[in-house]
Amino acid sequence: MGTYIVRRLLLVIPTLLIVTALTTISIRLIPGDAVDVLVGQMDLSGKEDRGELRAQLEKQLGLDAPIPVQYVRWWKDVLLHGDLGDSIFMGVSVKSQIIQRLPVTLEIGVLALIIAMLISFPIAIYSAIRQDTIGDYALRGLAIILISLPEFWVGIMVVVFPSIWWGWSPPILNISLWDDPIGNLKMYILPAAILGMGINGVNMRLMRTMMLEVVREDYIRTAYAKGLTERVVIFRHAVKNALIPVVTVIGLNVPVVIGGSIIIEQIFGLPGMGRLAVEAAFIRDYPTIIGVTLVYAVVVLLIILITDLSYAFLDPRIRYK
Amino acid sequence: MAEPKAGVPEIRASTKPRNQLQDFFARLFRTKPLGTVCGVIVVIFFIAGILAGLLAPYGFNEQFRTEFLDPPSLSHWFGTDNIGRDIFSRILYGARITMLVGVVGSATSLVVSVIIGLPSGYFGGKFDIILQRFIDAWLVFPGLILLILLVAILGPGLWNIVFILGLSYGLGGSRSVRGAVIGIRQNAYVDAAEATGASTMRILLRHLLPNVAPFLLVLVTTRMPGMMLAEAGLSFLGLGVPPPTPSWGGMLSGAAINYMYAAPMLAIYPGAALSIVVFSSNMFGDALRDLLDPRLRGA
Repeated sequence: MGTYIVRRLLLVIPTLLIVTALTTISIRLIPGDAVDVLVGQMDLSGKEDRGELRAQLEKQLGLDAPIPVQYVRWWKDVLLHGDLGDSIFMGVSVKSQIIQRLPVTLEIGVLALIIAMLISFPIAIYSAIRQDTIGDYALRGLAIILISLPEFWVGIMVVVFPSIWWGWSPPILNISLWDDPIGNLKMYILPAAILGMGINGVNMRLMRTMMLEVVREDYIRTAYAKGLTERVVIFRHAVKNALIPVVTVIGLNVPVVIGGSIIIEQIFGLPGMGRLAVEAAFIRDYPTIIGVTLVYAVVVLLIILITDLSYAFLDPRIRYK
Repeated sequence: MAEPKAGVPEIRASTKPRNQLQDFFARLFRTKPLGTVCGVIVVIFFIAGILAGLLAPYGFNEQFRTEFLDPPSLSHWFGTDNIGRDIFSRILYGARITMLVGVVGSATSLVVSVIIGLPSGYFGGKFDIILQRFIDAWLVFPGLILLILLVAILGPGLWNIVFILGLSYGLGGSRSVRGAVIGIRQNAYVDAAEATGASTMRILLRHLLPNVAPFLLVLVTTRMPGMMLAEAGLSFLGLGVPPPTPSWGGMLSGAAINYMYAAPMLAIYPGAALSIVVFSSNMFGDALRDLLDPRLRGA
C-alpha cells in the first residue's frame, strides 16, 4: 500500500511540472501589444514615459529573462517564499486574495457535490433497478434536460422570478461559516443547489450505467437465489460494489463543479475565486490570473490523487498493479 | 409470381440500388423519432442563424427610442430590450453566433483531435507517452478557468473564441480519437498496408481515418452542445463575443439582469433558445451514437 501511494505521488509530479510550466509560461505568449495595452491602462495621465513604464512592467512580470530562467525563478518564489506575485492593479499580493476567496469557492463546491449526490444517486439506483419502465425513461429524460440547461440561466431565473412573484431575494451579505453557520448555509444553499443541478444529469446517467453492470453480475444472482430480499441485495451488495465507479464519478464532478462555480459566483455575487478570475481577466491582471489558475489546477490534481488512492483502498486488487 | 390476394401486399424483388445515406436517415427516423426531431430542430436553428439577415425584421442594433422594454406585440414579436432593440431579431442574430461557434468550433476541435490523436494512437511509444502527459496536464485545468486564461491572453472576439474553444475541446477529444485508433490498429488491414510498404501518411489517411469516421461523427456531435454552452458562459461573463454583436449568453449577462425585474421576458428568450438548441443537440448526438456504435449505449 505504501509503495502504491509513493508511486501515485511520483506520477503526479510530471503532470504538476507541465501544468505549472504551461501557466507560468503562458504569460510569455501574450502578444506584444497586450503589454502595451497594460501600459496604456496604467498610464492614464498620458504624461509618463511609456518606454520606461513598459520596461518596468516587463521587469515586474519577469518577462525580461529567458523562459527557463523565468520558470525556475517562479518555482523558487513559490516554494521558498510562498509568493505568487503581486497583483498589478489591485495593489495586494495575489496570495492574500486567494486565501481570502478560496474558502468561499470550496464551500460552494462541497455543498454542491453533496446536494448533487443526495439527489442523483438514489435516482440513478432506482433507474437502474427498474430499467426500461416509465419511471426510468422519465428520469433519463430529466437527466438530459438537466444537462442541457445552462446554469447561469437557471441561476438568473431563480434570482429574478421569485423577487417578482414573492418579493424574495437571496441574501447577499457575506456571513462566515464560523460566525453563524445557519445564516451561512442559507446564503450558500441556493447557489450550491443550482451548481449541483448540472452534475445531477451527468451523475444520473453514469451511476445508472454502472449500477446496471453491477446488477448483472453473478454474485447478485446468487444473492437473490439465496432468498435475500431486493432491498438487502441492492443495498448490501450492489451499491457497495458500485462505489468504485461512484468515486470515479465524484472525481469527474469536481473539475466541473470548480469550473461552474465561476458563473454561479457571478450571479449570486459571492466573493469567491471564480469572481477573482473573471475580474482579473477583464483588467488583464496577469499575476492574479496565473495564481488563480494554478490554485485551481493544484486542487484538481489533489482530487485526482485522492480518488486514485481511494481506489486502492476500496479495491485491494488495485494495490498490486 | 403468385396472384396478389386482397389485403396482402405484393412482394416484388427490389431493383432500385440502395442509397446508404437514405437508408441511414430512414433507420434514424424509424428507430429514434425523438432524436430525428431534435436533429431537425438543430438544423432549423442553423438555417435561422445563417439567414438571420433575411429573416430578422429589424437590425440587431436598431434602436426604437420610444419603445423600451415593451412586451411582445405585433411589431415586436418578442418585445424590446432596455435600449429599445427588437428582441426577436437579436435572438436570430444570436443564433448565428451560437451556431457558428458550435459548428466551426466543433469542426476545429475535430481537426485538432485528429491531428493529435491519430499519430499518437498509431505510433505509440515514447511519442505517445509524452504527448499524453501534455494532454493530461491540459485536462487538469477546469474548463472555464482555462478558457478564461486563454481569453485573458488572446483577448475576446468571435474568432478568438472559436479558436480557443476549438483548441481546448480538440485537445480533450484527442484522447478519444487516440483510443479509437488504438482499437483498430491491431486489425489485419493495417498490418497488410504496412507490409506492402504503404507510406505512413497513406496508412493514416486512407486506412485509419475512414475507419474511425463514425466515431468522429459521434465526437463532433457531443462536443457541439458543450461548446455552445461554453460560448454562452463566456459571453455571459463578458469575456466572449463583445457587444453590440448579440450572443444569447451576452443577452443574459450581468448588465441585463437589472432590467429583468421590469421585463422578465428578457431573461426567458435567450435562455430558452439556448436550452432548446443544446437539448436538441444532445438528443441528436445520443441518437446518432446509439445508431452508429451500439456498444456505447447504456447511458
